Amino acid sequence: MTKLLAIYKRELKYSFQSVTAYAALGIFLAISGYFFFSLFRFYNLISFQATRNPQFTQSLNLTDGLLRPFFSNISIILLLVLPLLTMRLLAEEKKQGTFELLLTYPIRDWDAVGGKFLASVTTFAIMLGGTFICPLLIFLYANPEPGPIFTGYLGLFLVGCTFISIGTFFSSLTDNQLVAGVTSFGVALFFLIIGWAVPFVGPRFADVLGQFSLLQHFDGFSKGLIDTQDVTYYLLMTLFFLFMTLRSLESTRWRN
Amino acid sequence: MIEVEDLSKYYGLTVGVKNLNFRVERGEVLGFLGPNGAGKTTTMKMLTCYLPPTSGTAKICGHDILEQPLEVRKRIGYLPEKTPLYLDMRVREYIEFVAHLKGVPKNILASDVDRALEQCGLGSVRNRTIGKLSKGYQQRVGIAQAILHDPDLLILDEPTLGLDPKQIIEIRQLIKNLGSERTVILSSHILPEVSQVCNRIIIINEGELVAVDTPDNLRNRLKKSSVINVKLADSEKSADAASFLSGIDGITLVKEGTAVKGSLAYILESRPDADLRREIARRLVEEGYPLLEIFSEELSLEDIFLQLVTEEAR
Ligand SMILES: Nc1ncnc2c1ncn2[C@@H]1O[C@H](COP(=O)(O)OP(=O)(O)OP(=O)(O)O)[C@@H](O)[C@H]1O
Ligand SMILES: [Mg+2]
Repeated sequence: MTKLLAIYKRELKYSFQSVTAYAALGIFLAISGYFFFSLFRFYNLISFQATRNPQFTQSLNLTDGLLRPFFSNISIILLLVLPLLTMRLLAEEKKQGTFELLLTYPIRDWDAVGGKFLASVTTFAIMLGGTFICPLLIFLYANPEPGPIFTGYLGLFLVGCTFISIGTFFSSLTDNQLVAGVTSFGVALFFLIIGWAVPFVGPRFADVLGQFSLLQHFDGFSKGLIDTQDVTYYLLMTLFFLFMTLRSLESTRWRN
Repeated sequence: MIEVEDLSKYYGLTVGVKNLNFRVERGEVLGFLGPNGAGKTTTMKMLTCYLPPTSGTAKICGHDILEQPLEVRKRIGYLPEKTPLYLDMRVREYIEFVAHLKGVPKNILASDVDRALEQCGLGSVRNRTIGKLSKGYQQRVGIAQAILHDPDLLILDEPTLGLDPKQIIEIRQLIKNLGSERTVILSSHILPEVSQVCNRIIIINEGELVAVDTPDNLRNRLKKSSVINVKLADSEKSADAASFLSGIDGITLVKEGTAVKGSLAYILESRPDADLRREIARRLVEEGYPLLEIFSEELSLEDIFLQLVTEEAR
């Protein structure tokens, strides 16, 4: 455990020494702020019009009108930003040869993979925490339900962990950071949009596809529901790609 | 200490090493010699449990590299060929990081780190960023991380590569000091270095073991003749020196060597077990030849190496 912790600490410190982390953080916060601002203005506009149409007011609420689109926007930004964060995790060390030295120390592969993964998750949690200022702003002007905000953030956190574990896996396959970034982006995107095909594939496939869709499982969270099935889905996805990372390290050694 | 049995490594169809067999005893400093691509790095990577062998195995301190890699890794310190380091870290911070990974107990961690830094002469740069150090100092950082937990076995892949002569001497001295307490395997292309530092040499070529022996035994084994150099002042008397020298009993060949102006040099060969220096000197002086120098020439490690490696190729 001390070994995992040592790698975790080094990784975290390194990512906050490098420009990439700050760039990713800055871009992430700026874009989410921008989305929030425009959604907020839009919601404002609609509410204003709704005052002249009493029936419409009934169907209008903060959770559906503002928070849900905000969360789904953030999940898309995560798709763009997290691969930037994870692409160098293992690829960079493989290229520089430090990974070879790391693996000759008396540590388990898991110490290296786990430490790096958790460090990225921490960085990501800090990024996500930064956006919390947006829902706080709503509290200044209105009385949103706190439940969906909490579950929405939990959902985003789980989505992020899944992206990070996908990114970790693809970073372990290559010593080229760009390749790692692009492939993890592609695969994460695939799991995100797989749900779009649901309406076209007939009832049998629809069910299976829906089960694999990152977005479909996120829906509950953004409405304020925590479904064990959804939580399990994200945890399984995350563990699966971490497990694959360990396998890939083992097999690169044997193939070499 | 190390027992290597039929160790082979193929990269696809390329031979890395083929059926290596050798043993290293505790306290030995073993030199690993071979031309580029001979398989030195490959062997070292397998001994450090980084690369699994294609077939065969090795035991380090009684632990099999395939079955108990963690136990093996606890006992070795490794400096890879290209000295990969975290260039963004500071020297002391990096060595501390490695100490955690090597499982150095908390209560002695600080003192162990300081000792390693001190031993490698890194005290004055402990707070500098590794990426901004000179190559020689980076190499020292690499050695410091290898010796950190006081391993039984040190594996150093070309530790003096890319250093200036002064630093080479310093690092060599460092390795010598380290070797007095533990087993060291070191690979090198610099032959005088190996003969200075090592008490046994392994020569490999194209993945196969060519010779394992002490430097002296290797010299004797390959000695086909003993060679004596004679230098005379260039005078009238010296004109017929060559024929005179070949007339001495036991001399099989006389060649003219290159000499500075004003002197003449001759290279004499005789049977390997004979030492004719005294006889030659006496005869030359008796006959009044202006003798300047006489010395016998040891077979250099370069000669041995080339002889073994080219014999192998034939
Ligand atoms: N990763 C690899 N993939 C394929 N072939 C490799 C790999 N690493 C080494 N080889 C091959 O294995 C052989 C032995 O290489 P190795 O690096 O062990 O030589 P070396 O003795 O260390 O040489 P040098 O003195 O140049 O460092 C060479 O023919 C090399 O091309
Ligand atoms: Mg090499």
